[in-house]
Amino acid sequence: MILWIAAALVGMAIIAFSFRYAGQVATSQSPYFRDMPFGVAYGYILGVACVIWLIWAYLQALSSDPAIANKYFFLRVAVEGFVLFAAVAWLFRLLGRTVGTAWSKHLFRSMPLTASFGILIIILYAIVSIFAGALAPYGQAEILPGVAANIIPGGDPNLGGNPDFPLGTDQIGRDIMSRLIYGAQNTVGIAFVTTLIAFFVGGSLGFLAATLGGWLDQILSRAVDVLMAIPSLIFALLLMTIASVWAPRLGIPLTVFMVLIIAVIDSTRVFRLARAVGQNIVVMDYIEAAKLRGEGLGYLVFKEILPNATAPLLAEFGLRFCFVFLMIAALSFLGVGIQPPLADWGTMVRDLSAFVNYAQFAPLAAVTPLLAAGAIALLTVAVNFVVDWMLQKTSGLKE
Amino acid sequence: MTKTSNEPLVKIRGLKLEGRSDEVWNPIINGVDLNLMPGEVLGLIGESGAGKSTLGLAAMGFTRDGVRISEGSVEFDGIDLLTASAAVKRGLLGKRIAYVAQSAAASFNPAHRLMDQHVEGPVQHDVMGTAESTEDGIELYRKLRLPNPDEIGFRYPHQVSGGQLQRAMTAMAMSCRPDLIIFDEPTTALDVTTQIEVLASIRDIVEQFNTAAIYITHDLAVVAQMADRIKVLLKGDEVETADTRTMLTAPTQDYTKSLWAVRSFERPQKPAIASGSVPVVSVQNVDAAYGTVPVLHDVSFDMHKGRTVAVVGESGSGKSTTARCITGLLPPASGQIMLDGVALPADYRKRSKDQLQQVQMIYQMADTALNPRMCVGDIIARPVQFYGGLRGADKRKRVDELLEQIELDPAEYYGRLPSELSGGQKQRIGIARALAAEPKFIICDEVTSALDQLVAEGILRLLARLQDELSLTYMFITHDLATVKAIADEVVVMKDGRVVEQGLKNDMFQPPHHPYTDLLLSSVPEMDPDWLTNLLAERGVDNIGDAAVGKMA
Repeated sequence: MILWIAAALVGMAIIAFSFRYAGQVATSQSPYFRDMPFGVAYGYILGVACVIWLIWAYLQALSSDPAIANKYFFLRVAVEGFVLFAAVAWLFRLLGRTVGTAWSKHLFRSMPLTASFGILIIILYAIVSIFAGALAPYGQAEILPGVAANIIPGGDPNLGGNPDFPLGTDQIGRDIMSRLIYGAQNTVGIAFVTTLIAFFVGGSLGFLAATLGGWLDQILSRAVDVLMAIPSLIFALLLMTIASVWAPRLGIPLTVFMVLIIAVIDSTRVFRLARAVGQNIVVMDYIEAAKLRGEGLGYLVFKEILPNATAPLLAEFGLRFCFVFLMIAALSFLGVGIQPPLADWGTMVRDLSAFVNYAQFAPLAAVTPLLAAGAIALLTVAVNFVVDWMLQKTSGLKE
Repeated sequence: MTKTSNEPLVKIRGLKLEGRSDEVWNPIINGVDLNLMPGEVLGLIGESGAGKSTLGLAAMGFTRDGVRISEGSVEFDGIDLLTASAAVKRGLLGKRIAYVAQSAAASFNPAHRLMDQHVEGPVQHDVMGTAESTEDGIELYRKLRLPNPDEIGFRYPHQVSGGQLQRAMTAMAMSCRPDLIIFDEPTTALDVTTQIEVLASIRDIVEQFNTAAIYITHDLAVVAQMADRIKVLLKGDEVETADTRTMLTAPTQDYTKSLWAVRSFERPQKPAIASGSVPVVSVQNVDAAYGTVPVLHDVSFDMHKGRTVAVVGESGSGKSTTARCITGLLPPASGQIMLDGVALPADYRKRSKDQLQQVQMIYQMADTALNPRMCVGDIIARPVQFYGGLRGADKRKRVDELLEQIELDPAEYYGRLPSELSGGQKQRIGIARALAAEPKFIICDEVTSALDQLVAEGILRLLARLQDELSLTYMFITHDLATVKAIADEVVVMKDGRVVEQGLKNDMFQPPHHPYTDLLLSSVPEMDPDWLTNLLAERGVDNIGDAAVGKMA
């Protein structure tokens, strides 16, 4: 096996060398081929080899023999999903370039495909979570009478599906699609609120520390250091355990405690960023001019510092939102987050996780838990794409 | 290395460069020809944005990111640099073509010693071995008159002063004995006293090794000392080329003449101050310190109504610190600041709104002095509303008035962001913001040093006009004595946190004066191409610039 790999690598090296040489001869020493390092030529050949393997594997997945097709089922889904998403993102960007104001057209023209994909996905999630009640065919906690549990997704009766439930039903016969849609509302909505609180608390304290400095800065910063020293997931679990005792006694839903706990833990990260960004702005001459004018603290923070800190803070908001969202899913997966019967993606993954074992022989059955996991992953990837793009735009990097 | 052929070393023909901004390619250079003979020094001058640096880099066959060469050819010693392979270029750059950047502090790698960086070029290009190159480096440092040439190479960049770094960088460029060096504003960031030393040593070493050089600068007096020929650029077009003396004595183009005429602006000397009048601002026996490091020692001077007091000195002399004491940002350790005969509280937080209003400031870097997220109208309107309490239409009317005062059209500029303005316009907005408070006293902290000469002159004329109209008092901090000549009524010379000399402008520019004032005055380059030669002959190499300052202390 090792010998085969080594032989393939050497073979590719030879092909890469002759590829570069052929390019040099064919284009009669054009600067691109002439100055091409060997590593670049090798990279091209390696890339081509990977693409060839991918095409071969995809063709395998289409084979009529279920034993072979099942082996490559998820690869097929991945390839098809990738192509589909790329096409949709491209169309969306095309739409953005032709429709809208001059400003938005310009924005879409300078946008990479990844960013337009991210924006599209975020918009879709927002629509789904806002109109969940209207979109979902059934209630999130509705156990449908007379409907079998564990219907396999895909809607093909031959494989154990049911066309009425295109994404199947869960272990007690609830419609998975409805639960996914409501899950968007619960998980995304709670994550959004939590991130907002974290930013309000962390951001205002961070700017305050940056502007005033001195003792206040020391006290706040050291307090944040202490909070950050404790691993966040374990700290959250600990606090959630305490809260789960208090919640019934005080008559406050556990979810409120969860929002506050995650917000406080995450606000420490926001504090650090806001303080660092704020400190860079505070030393500017226009802040000095405003101070010498006799302006108050409120004007300094909200009119002079905040507008100049929006770009990095917005980018951090996207990133922080992902982390909060994953933390909520993780807490729910561990059983202390959003409580049943409310639909939540993390809980859904946990409840259906046993089906992953069927992946070898019944890939469609294994899809059940992956639907919720995929929903989490898709949003996280989409937000990161958008944040990357924004960071690149604001940092002034061109091409 | 010395060539006797008549072929030019660098031959640029019809060179056009374009820069990409926001989806479109804009022309930067529109077809420039350039010839450089071996051993010749060519000065490239022009305002910022004229394409000097871009052309200088293109002479090495290099373009910055987002810039492309669209037409033309660049030949170096018969080699076409635009079509040469990467391997050929690698053999030329560093070895036969070297580059000295504007900011040596930003160009040296802070993690390596100077000598390690010096040796890298010769060793990589197989010109010399490490030991040989190190010895050669020490020799070059000696030739460039760096202090302790045997040791200075073994320091890190942060352990060496700015002027010394600039010379070390020149030595590094010389390390392979190149045929061509491109100097990109090597002295712009330095004090006059440091600049003169760097100029003298660069000129000396270029002559010794008969190296050809392209010297890029916006300072005419500097280029007059350095170049054999001068090429003037304006917005990517060549205005004219001639040898230095012809260019200085008989420029043919109007633009060149206007550049030459900039330094002619000078205000008449105002009459002496009436005895017994109360100064608007009086600095009395001020001592100040940053932490425990004392910066100011017993600084006292007065500033009277309707007059300009220029505070001059090199960086670190305490000019800006004095301004910080006056504004109250740095409370003095002892002494006091009087406004109209009344002592001001030391800390600006304890001053009343009325007292804050009377003292305004204009900053050196207009880029950092204006909030980039606020439009021009809002920037100026804030002090109008804050101090005057005007709102709505009244406020708008007052802002329009102020914009007219600084010669900008209110309809066009009210809604613009600072990033949509040129450097000179930004500085004008800074002035308008100070005026909006209706102060008695304005501190101008190096307001023209970041601007091109033509633009700077416009700002100075504006400030002079406003002073006459509104009888303002200016404290004018600068290190440029040409600016002092143009606008000041009185001059205060500072050195090491002490006032060395003070008096009326005309007295200051006449001998006899304090040796430090004398040194400052003599270090300012003049348009005469023989100025540096004469000065060196008169004083000797060891008695100019920082070396002389050292002797004085």
